[in-house]
Amino acid sequence: MATVELRNVSYVYNKGTPYEAKALDNINLTMTGEGITGLIGHTGSGKSTMMQLINALLKPTEGQVLIDGVDIWSEPKKIRQVRFKAGLVMQYPEYQLFAETVEEDIAYGPRNMGLSEDEVQKRVLQGAEFAGLHPDLLAKSPFELSGGQKRRAALAGVIAMSPKILILDEPAAGLDPGGRREILGGVKKYARESGTNVIIVSHSMEDMAMYCDDLVVMASGKILMHAPCADVFSRADELIAVGLDVPQITRVAYMLRQYGVDIGRDVYTVDWAFDKLRSKK
Amino acid sequence: MKNIVLEAKNLSFEYPGDEDTKPVSALRDVSFAIEEGSFTAILGHNGSGKSTLAKLLCMIYQPTAGQILLNGRDMTAEGITEKDIMDARREIGMVFQNPDNQIVATVVEEDVAFGCENLGIPSAEIRRRVDEALEIVGMRKYARHAPHKLSGGQKQRVAIAGTIAMKRKIIIFDESTAMLDPLGRKEVMDTILRLNKEDGITVLIITHYMNEAAMADRVIVMNEGKILTDGTPGEVFSQPEPLWEVGLDVPQTTEILYKLKKDGYDVPLDVFEPEQCARIIAQALERGRS
Repeated sequence: MATVELRNVSYVYNKGTPYEAKALDNINLTMTGEGITGLIGHTGSGKSTMMQLINALLKPTEGQVLIDGVDIWSEPKKIRQVRFKAGLVMQYPEYQLFAETVEEDIAYGPRNMGLSEDEVQKRVLQGAEFAGLHPDLLAKSPFELSGGQKRRAALAGVIAMSPKILILDEPAAGLDPGGRREILGGVKKYARESGTNVIIVSHSMEDMAMYCDDLVVMASGKILMHAPCADVFSRADELIAVGLDVPQITRVAYMLRQYGVDIGRDVYTVDWAFDKLRSKK
Repeated sequence: MKNIVLEAKNLSFEYPGDEDTKPVSALRDVSFAIEEGSFTAILGHNGSGKSTLAKLLCMIYQPTAGQILLNGRDMTAEGITEKDIMDARREIGMVFQNPDNQIVATVVEEDVAFGCENLGIPSAEIRRRVDEALEIVGMRKYARHAPHKLSGGQKQRVAIAGTIAMKRKIIIFDESTAMLDPLGRKEVMDTILRLNKEDGITVLIITHYMNEAAMADRVIVMNEGKILTDGTPGEVFSQPEPLWEVGLDVPQTTEILYKLKKDGYDVPLDVFEPEQCARIIAQALERGRS
């Protein structure tokens, strides 16, 4: 399990031009990797910039990004190693599949890491297994797969690199409820079994509530909250004020107080709400 | 009885196979009629046939069997020419999922005008239509902006303006909110509702969001290329079991009420507003189990 730390990090796009825009403003954040961390914030809040800083695609304008206590930019020549350590799965990763077979596509990352062919093969199978991809699909062309299978293949390619930190940008976007459960359930299992730090970015509060352990809420380039899910969702007013949503059931719980039924403000799953209501009567 | 603008009769569609693969059946014997000015949501998991259906309704694909009737005219009949199909497409607009794939121009108003220019409409008329369309989607003040600098929700509204400017009477939205954040989703849904309620445009949305489907007058649930259920949101969501069986969800308000009902409380299930749901729960707890 790795520790990711951002120390006084600021990031400015197009610095020194008329288009200068500050995306992150003096951020301090420590993620120890216990469970899954969710990163939420509306478009333009700085989420994507933060992900790219952790993955070393961007270099902070000010401040430091540390992984396991080491400043990742202390030796810029070794920055490639950092990118192997922090795997990033972008939005709609299935658009990035390119090899002739699924197997070749998954093997691309591990092979670039300079691993032996035996090890590469082992990693491919591991990656496919964790991503829930049936071995029969490995010999197929990625373009023969369904949307959900393509998504899994792309995920397998990053998992095959065994990153210590896995960052997923909207991993379930565009999938139906069943597909969302499969992908996110798989990620949760992977996080638990492999001890990888998983950071998920998503707009779906229902999904975040279901799969994340703690949440980082971003607004206007700053961190508004970093706390367990229950604490974050109990501050519904503040979330709504920065253009975010809360799960529908949290709103119901919130309104229930107006009708004299207090099941707490921190309810964020239907099962939890039901248990609380049962214990009421 | 309202006018039927679009009708599917025993519609089937197969994706053709090649040497190695067999043809894949995507739709089987689907029938329904869409009334003028109605708002229909089509739900279903990935691969259930929703998008195939949308492409058939827009006449991008031709059905393997069955008929599509536009304003009562069978578009699959013998003697229907390429030109008839082109004319028919002028009735129906489509807005897709990815906002970045639908913008063609470098200035918002030029993008909105693009479709009209292709229709050969006089410039003065285009000017009037573009201004009106941008007003309707609430993007008038961005008329001279560069589309790539807009948010996802704004880009989708520009795409919608393009279809309005072409005077489409029916608009099909194929997961048009899937890639947007909650704010963008709300902007687009508000726009869709306004088009339907105020401008009388017939709307079909394909979506994975149960809360969006709950806003429609009618919900059609697709599964394995067939219609699983068809009714008002209240009728469809108050029967959650068949939906759960095929891996779909119901709104969380319905889910909590369903659990309470199973537990012996007399509560309705067709409630989608958190406020109303809270009131019903409070009253039910007060009354106790029936």
